[in-house]
Amino acid sequence: MKTLSLKSWGHLPALAWTAAFFVLPLIAMLLMSLSERIEGRITLTWTFANYQAFLTKAEGTFVGALINSVEVTLLTTVLSVLVAYPLAYILAYRIPRQWQRLVLVLTVLPFWTSYVIRSYSWLLVLSENGIINQSLLELGLLSEPVGMGNSRFATVLGFVHFFAMLLTLTIYANLVQIKESYRKAAADLGANSLQTFWHVTLPLSLPGVAVGAFLTFVLAIGDYITPQILGGSKELLLPQAVMLQLGRQADFPLASALSMVLMLVVTAAFLLSARHLKMGRV
Amino acid sequence: MISSFTRNLISRRRALQLGAAGLATMTITPKFAKAADELNCLVWCDHTHARLLDPFAEKHGVTINVKEYEGTGTAYSLVEQSQPGDWDVFVIDSVDVPGAVEKGLLAELPEAEMPWDDIFPELRQPQLHFKDGKLYAMPEKFGYNSIAFNNTRVAAEDVATAAVMWNPKYSGRIAIYNYYIPTMEMVALGLGIRPDTITQMSLPAIREKLLEMKKLASVVGDVVTTQNALLTGAADILVAGGEYTVAGMMVEKPELDWTLPKEGGIRWGQAIGVFADSAKKDLATEFVKYILSPQGQGALATADCYWAMPANAKAELDDSQKKQLRWDQQPGFIANSHPYFIPDADLDAAMLDVWTEVLGA
Repeated sequence: MKTLSLKSWGHLPALAWTAAFFVLPLIAMLLMSLSERIEGRITLTWTFANYQAFLTKAEGTFVGALINSVEVTLLTTVLSVLVAYPLAYILAYRIPRQWQRLVLVLTVLPFWTSYVIRSYSWLLVLSENGIINQSLLELGLLSEPVGMGNSRFATVLGFVHFFAMLLTLTIYANLVQIKESYRKAAADLGANSLQTFWHVTLPLSLPGVAVGAFLTFVLAIGDYITPQILGGSKELLLPQAVMLQLGRQADFPLASALSMVLMLVVTAAFLLSARHLKMGRV
Repeated sequence: MISSFTRNLISRRRALQLGAAGLATMTITPKFAKAADELNCLVWCDHTHARLLDPFAEKHGVTINVKEYEGTGTAYSLVEQSQPGDWDVFVIDSVDVPGAVEKGLLAELPEAEMPWDDIFPELRQPQLHFKDGKLYAMPEKFGYNSIAFNNTRVAAEDVATAAVMWNPKYSGRIAIYNYYIPTMEMVALGLGIRPDTITQMSLPAIREKLLEMKKLASVVGDVVTTQNALLTGAADILVAGGEYTVAGMMVEKPELDWTLPKEGGIRWGQAIGVFADSAKKDLATEFVKYILSPQGQGALATADCYWAMPANAKAELDDSQKKQLRWDQQPGFIANSHPYFIPDADLDAAMLDVWTEVLGA
């Protein structure tokens, strides 16, 4: 009984934390999304007008922004996994154990740079005066510079640069937990390297991929900075639409409704990937 | 103007401010409020550098705490979630002064102690800074939303007209400042519509032109992003740019330039006042007077965050600074510019809808 009691109390800080910093703000945002601005004051009127505005306002631009957000986020997540998995695999199985920590630190080193600075750096790299254009021009592969910044390509590149590192960590943490004996057993049974990877390593590492991919999805879909700096507003993403409502007009009700829509998308992503989200494996 | 001036430069911080303004205020303002030898100022980012603040702080033996904001809505949120008396000095867009007075935020200023004779006459705008004959805020700085450009790549005769904003010759070389009000007002000027006559009826024409411009644009962005576009060659023209985007860089980058086309530009202005609840009104008033002095005006005009014109015609500026600010051309520029027009709530919302649609196109 004593142990049970201690265990129950042990959950309280986590519950209190979640309640204070997630549940209450979420409820506040929900109530705000059901409010209206009347003569400059925000009043809770239990209206769904803000959700209706999401569907109909500005010729359906908000729906288009959501579609753009989902497309960019899915592209980012898939590319990040494709970049991160081989990196994590090499780290876990090809780098000698005594060097793994150092290589891991080197891999995540870009994390230490400010997110904003990293985004602006990419803009410089991709610009017409940037290193890529100048190198291609010098090599004679281009006759005139090509603008690569201020585009969806630039946004996805900036995202992948950031999230591939995050995914590398989660996948690596999962890969090093897979017992070597499993792969040896597969080899003893006649499986070659590819078969061992396909039938043993990959399935067992999916929890790490799922956790990393989910985190990537959540962080990317709500991100404002990268598309704002690298996308050049060539297309509107939903976080940018949220900020538009806040900048001058302080339209918190509509901004909250748009944020709740984003929350719904994240929830759907969670439900779709929940089967694979085993945090204990990463 | 600068409602979105630092929108993206510090947008992560801003997101935190908006999302947890109450928490931020609780942790910041009580510390300010208790100290008797401190002055707490809610300001634009151009009021935060030591070159501006230190002379006053040293002379009066006070610590100046500055909290920068980047949109009037954010400023109001910060004030509403603070305790009365937490704030002493308020720097605010001139167009928003009547609203602040209406909310009872600003104290009356001693009109006779202010350097009215030195303020450019066009900036006095009593309808903004006075109410019922009482002065509530002083114009302190102004500038233009017009055209910034690269003078080695854009012909002088082209930037002489507002049509350069949609000139196909510069397709893929145009950046558009992403704050909808001045940008839409610039487009209106180019279409022959005076900004203060914009109505819902004007919006379809402005919308069509913006959609046309979006196709020609290489970037639509905040100040930093569009400045970057000019610097890196991603754009040669910045629509609704002006001295505030390039003047501070013109010594190192003389090819970056700004001007007003013959149709004119949009003149923005900011003002400074004292909070009605301030417990240090005398000190705060002294600070206002210092900011309006030639010394304060020179430092404010050439602030690290952004340069713009001082409201005081006697501001201390050296020859190089005057050249960068096109100081000698001010009388002509002022005459050819239109005061920043703030639409009413309905028109504002309609303009934002158009802008959102354009961004999403």
